[in-house]
Amino acid sequence: MSRIVVHGLEKSYGDARVLERVNVTAEAGEFLSLVGASGCGKSTFLRILLGQEQQSGGVVIVGDSPIVPEPTPQRGIVFQRYSVFPHLTAIQNLLLVEDFRSGGPFGRVFGVRRRSARQEAEAMLERVGLAHARDLYPASLSGGMQQRLAIAQTLLGRPQILLLDEPFGALDPGIRVEMHELLTELWTEHGMTVVMVTHDIGEAFKLGTRVLVFDKVRHDPQFPSAYGATITYDLKLDRKNRASSRDVAKVAAMVGTARPDAAMATTASQGRS
Amino acid sequence: MLARGIGIMNAVSEAGGEGTRPPQPGPKVRLRMINARVSRGGALFLGALPFLVAAGAYLIASGKRLDANPADKLLPSPAQMWSAFLDLATVPDKRSGDLILWVDTYASLVRLFAGVAAATLVALSLGIAIGFIPRVRAFLLPFVTVVCVIPPLALLPILFIALGLGETAKITLIAIGVAPVMVRDIANRVMELPPELIAKAQTLGGNSWTMVLRLVLPQVMPRLITCVRLALGPAWLFLIAAEAIASTEGLGYRIFLVRRYLSMDVILPYVAWITLLAVITDWLLVRLSRALSPWAHPVEAK
Repeated sequence: MSRIVVHGLEKSYGDARVLERVNVTAEAGEFLSLVGASGCGKSTFLRILLGQEQQSGGVVIVGDSPIVPEPTPQRGIVFQRYSVFPHLTAIQNLLLVEDFRSGGPFGRVFGVRRRSARQEAEAMLERVGLAHARDLYPASLSGGMQQRLAIAQTLLGRPQILLLDEPFGALDPGIRVEMHELLTELWTEHGMTVVMVTHDIGEAFKLGTRVLVFDKVRHDPQFPSAYGATITYDLKLDRKNRASSRDVAKVAAMVGTARPDAAMATTASQGRS
Repeated sequence: MLARGIGIMNAVSEAGGEGTRPPQPGPKVRLRMINARVSRGGALFLGALPFLVAAGAYLIASGKRLDANPADKLLPSPAQMWSAFLDLATVPDKRSGDLILWVDTYASLVRLFAGVAAATLVALSLGIAIGFIPRVRAFLLPFVTVVCVIPPLALLPILFIALGLGETAKITLIAIGVAPVMVRDIANRVMELPPELIAKAQTLGGNSWTMVLRLVLPQVMPRLITCVRLALGPAWLFLIAAEAIASTEGLGYRIFLVRRYLSMDVILPYVAWITLLAVITDWLLVRLSRALSPWAHPVEAK
């Protein structure tokens, strides 16, 4: 629903440069998959978009104006871990969204508004297949159920941008495929712009409309942290016409960590279905 | 290991083959000490054993001394202690007409709970502020850290001089004695909250205050109750110290008063009574924690 423009983004921790010269423009409704070797700064990039960390240089514009340097309801987030509030049951986690949004100084809505919030929350639980778990605490939900709850909670916040930080990294392969379907459906329904960090090349190609590879282009053998990573490859995908296995193999080779055959298998199965 | 392996092979061949006999129970395996489980009855017996040993040792020693000298005051028999305790609990004092045990208990508990409650309120508000708001942390954390290492009993004379010998000084001693550690503990717990949760709450529209109400407060509540449980030990210490020095009633006052007459038949039941009160308080706090934060006690709640 909102455009993202990143221009000349830089991030350093002391002398160590993590990101440099990152330029990217995403149109509203795009689904960006961010891949790259471990420690290449793609999660840092996501946290800058979120506002949890501040860039050392450059601008990030969401919609029409530079982002506020703190997390706001404009940008929703789903993390890999700690993605829901452990002290609230499933339904309470979803009600919390309305409580925070319009609960005033008590952080809680009452009366008619609470009833409508409850209806909305129950509908959302139903939508993500958690109606049977409405009164359970996250500790007694499986990893996949917790991530479904986290996505539901984030969507109730109606963000313009959805940020996903390896949201399915800790899930079993079977559950992961289910989650892919759910996410694709929700993305089609809501039409927000999505930025997802993932280690799984197959997942990146399957879900994204665009795959961005983060890598270092400059190396200083005497001082490895002198240069940061940037976007080295930007591949636009056509949803109807899936990526060729050559593209997948190429990206897998660039990232260097994932096995290209496994990645291709995931994409191929997606192409058939 | 070998015996176990053969046992498994037997079981497999029987399951897959012709015999319908149930598999033989394998030879009894000696587990490592850390893996040997304790049955319910066994746990009850083992738990009761130290109590029984202590009571038995006391009874034997007391019996021997009383045999040698029936007027001995150092190790009174259980009957003597019970009658002394009953006297204090049911017979009005000749001079004041009070039931001494209940007057003492009431006075001590009021001081204890007032002191601990004040410390808890301070710990909750300061601890959350220090842990959650960087500016307050920069402002107060060094001060609290220094205050933490002052021995509270060294402050007692100052409190008596500044606040008089009344209740205020005693309650203040308890509060000052336990609050700094609690403040630091709560602040640490708040700082340990996963940054992901705080970021997520902000993306859902939480502001600093509503996040305190809906995120930080419920998350630190179990830790706060644990803190109070741990603080109750030092709180009793400060209470009894303060009562021993300047008081006219209270459990600590009574113990130190009758010490002059070597009245072990009063001191020992009083110590047992204090222990009982402390155990009950602790048990109630555990129940409270389970009622307030069922999410933090997933196993016990089932």
